[in-house]
Amino acid sequence: MSEGQRATIRFSVNERPESVTAHPLRRLLDVLREDLHLTGTKEGCGEGECGACAVLLDGEVVNSCLIPILQVQDARVVTIEGLAQNDKARLLQESFIQCGGAQCGICTPGMIVASWNLLERNPLPTDKDLRNALSGNLCRCTGYTRIFDAIKTASGKLAQAAAK
Amino acid sequence: MTQRLIGSSLPRTEGHSKVTGQARYVDDISFPDMLHGVTVRSTVARGRIRKIHFDPAIPWDEFTIVKASDIPGRNRIALIADDQPCLADGIINHAEEPVLLLAHADKQLLEEARRAVTLEVDPLPAIFDIDDALAKKEIIWGSDNIFKTFLVEKGDVDSAWAEAYAIVEGEYHTGAQEQLYIEPQGMIAQYNPETGITVWGSMQCPYYVHKALMPLLNLPPEKVRVIQTETGGAFGGKEEYPSIIACHAALLARKGGKPVKIIYDRSEDMAATTKRHPSRTRHRTAVTRDGKLLAMDIEFIVDGGAYTTLSTVVLSRGTIHAGGPYACPNVRIRSKAVATNHPPHGAFRGFGAPQSIFALECQMDRVAQQLNMPPDEFRRRNFVHEGDTLAVSQVVREPVNLEQLMNRAFELSEYRIKRERFARENQTSPVKRGIGFATFMHGAGFTGSGERSMGSILAVEATKEGVVRVLASSTEMGQGTNTVFSQIAAEALGIGIDSVEVVTPDTSVVPNSGPTVASRTCMIVGKLVESACLQIRETLMLSGLLRSGYSAQQFKSACRQYIERHGTLRGQSQYATPPGIYWDDDKYQGDAYATYAWAVYVAEVSVDTRTWETRVEDFVAVQEVGRVINPVLAAGQIEGGVAQGIGYALYEEVAWREGRMINNQMTNYIMPTSADLPRIRVYFEEIPYKHGPGGAKGIGELPIDGPAPAIVNAIHNAIGVPVDRIPATPEVLMQAMEGALV
Repeated sequence: MSEGQRATIRFSVNERPESVTAHPLRRLLDVLREDLHLTGTKEGCGEGECGACAVLLDGEVVNSCLIPILQVQDARVVTIEGLAQNDKARLLQESFIQCGGAQCGICTPGMIVASWNLLERNPLPTDKDLRNALSGNLCRCTGYTRIFDAIKTASGKLAQAAAK
Repeated sequence: MTQRLIGSSLPRTEGHSKVTGQARYVDDISFPDMLHGVTVRSTVARGRIRKIHFDPAIPWDEFTIVKASDIPGRNRIALIADDQPCLADGIINHAEEPVLLLAHADKQLLEEARRAVTLEVDPLPAIFDIDDALAKKEIIWGSDNIFKTFLVEKGDVDSAWAEAYAIVEGEYHTGAQEQLYIEPQGMIAQYNPETGITVWGSMQCPYYVHKALMPLLNLPPEKVRVIQTETGGAFGGKEEYPSIIACHAALLARKGGKPVKIIYDRSEDMAATTKRHPSRTRHRTAVTRDGKLLAMDIEFIVDGGAYTTLSTVVLSRGTIHAGGPYACPNVRIRSKAVATNHPPHGAFRGFGAPQSIFALECQMDRVAQQLNMPPDEFRRRNFVHEGDTLAVSQVVREPVNLEQLMNRAFELSEYRIKRERFARENQTSPVKRGIGFATFMHGAGFTGSGERSMGSILAVEATKEGVVRVLASSTEMGQGTNTVFSQIAAEALGIGIDSVEVVTPDTSVVPNSGPTVASRTCMIVGKLVESACLQIRETLMLSGLLRSGYSAQQFKSACRQYIERHGTLRGQSQYATPPGIYWDDDKYQGDAYATYAWAVYVAEVSVDTRTWETRVEDFVAVQEVGRVINPVLAAGQIEGGVAQGIGYALYEEVAWREGRMINNQMTNYIMPTSADLPRIRVYFEEIPYKHGPGGAKGIGELPIDGPAPAIVNAIHNAIGVPVDRIPATPEVLMQAMEGALV
């Protein structure tokens, strides 16, 4: 790859400004994992099917394996590491532990990113909402039941926290 | 001390690191100066390699290239039969067979290089199905394409036919299934001429990898070190295959003089690594007029692929489970694992049992129908009870009450009400509803004399701070080993869970507690945790540092004093067969497993007769698994296993073309998403098992056995036509329906 094909992209990750010089088609997933050493975002399939690489891009859930870094110019990226710094999102992470929503843990970062995004848009999701919102995040361990329990538990805790 | 750790849902030990993204999986680890490795594979199923072409456009001198001739030791993957080469040397026996290894620091250039290698192969005729293998259309393995044959005989099947009121025959087929752990396989190897080879990776069985690396590299045990990294799902798929990747990474690291990381991408992982054995089962069943089983003649064949891998033991478990939880006086089971030119099939949760149980439970419904008897009544008349014998002539010596499990499952699923209601409503609806079930068992631990020959060893050591470290090669792969071992150790010692550390498996540190397979970790290895901990307690008591009724604080100070005086405080335990357990490997009779988990699963489905799509609308799983150590983790195991079973039954189809998987992507190999599954309802009956830690039995594999037959029986109930194969895709249902109309 020649220097001429590289571009400097500025964006923020977990509220920290970043600047990366890379081939414009380099995947956001690789920039996060290899250039910024944020390995919490996982690669499960590399084709946007499994959701293990889900991150928030300007508040929307995206599969970072499908996002060329070019598209991230001036955008805000939030990863699982960023959610771990957010007190409310931590409630969701704790609920995943408490309810058994994480087993092998490889889908968990993407699952938490996607469910956090759901709770932000829809604080009291029904089972149907959950099934639809998470159908792009594959889990081979749990059968999803306990993931739903975790999100609902977090939803309850968040509602409680908001009422106080 | 009164402890309440066994039976409580303590949070997963490594949960925090997993939910925050801090857990380190193999691809999250890098070393300075590390190269990446890739595998050049055969695209044909069988042939002779004539030449390997390297496209001159690639700067090959920058690459580390490993061929079969670069292997310092034996070009074999040591496992059972040692017939599988690490790299094909002249002969290709299956598509995706590894031929050449490349390493380079630049991943992109490496991928270009992999595509720039062409294998010139003289093709040989290949075989891809069980019939061709049995007919010896081509001899591709040994003298007859047979990896293994078993014969189980009980009573006298041949003389029973004459007395039969009815004889029912059936043939059943199951397809291959991909484990589809979400973390693809991967390994990192580092070589040092002085200290030897170290590998890190995603795996179930560190000592399998250790065993494979020694002869390949001609190294003594102390110069091979295997370390497990956080493992993102395995389900059997990381039982034997990681040995191959470790061998490949090790060869590249040795030749290249730098650390080498090999991570499979999803399509390579799906196409090249092992899958569940496809199977064909034939049943011939004789019954009396009042619905008692008189004879079962079963032929069970699995397709093992091109090399033996674990097919012999998969066949064994499938064979033993083929007769199910029924007391039948005359049973014959003939089974074979055959060779084909598919990539080798291997371990997958259930290990042969899901295949033979699928056939049996479909057959049981079919026989009941012939008898004009409800399927539950037919089973009730034949269930084993304490004192009865199973197909392998094993006398059941534990209280087993399948009627009770069935009654509970029927109540919870409203089986009877729904069966009646659906029969009424289906007449006027294009969407047919149905409800079906399966009754089954799963043996925990290795089959037969397996545990005795393995002789697993486990150690615990206490630190001066009073922390008890569990040293085992048993891995955490999501199923909860860390948490369950911690609970068992803390309970045995009367200390807090925070005072237990389960050490990451590293063969330079942990003894060989055996592979993490066969639903044996909690029951067999967990028992070793318990005994080793009790030894530590006894040592402290005998030394006078501890008195009964001690507090956690007193335990800590006793550890400190003991270690100050004696240097170390360690307990070690080795597996011993429970009394009265005997297995005859020649006759294939006896106590195949020290104990079984028992279950009744009920599935409710809807079949849209316009599209022939099936949905599982409700699923109830009732099981007796001994004492449940951690209810949340245990239920999670069952739910996940059922979800995989639903995929196995309905969606997961491996499409083959000339022995290659052609739908090796998550886009077109369909595993269940959250939109495809009902809430899986799990219930436990708890009868403590006296030889299990805290009374526990194994549970990991049980839940994959029941869903497919329960679902297929429910489909039969919905559409009125039996289905004899899985996955029961719309195409299969449409064909079954058309066949019935002819």
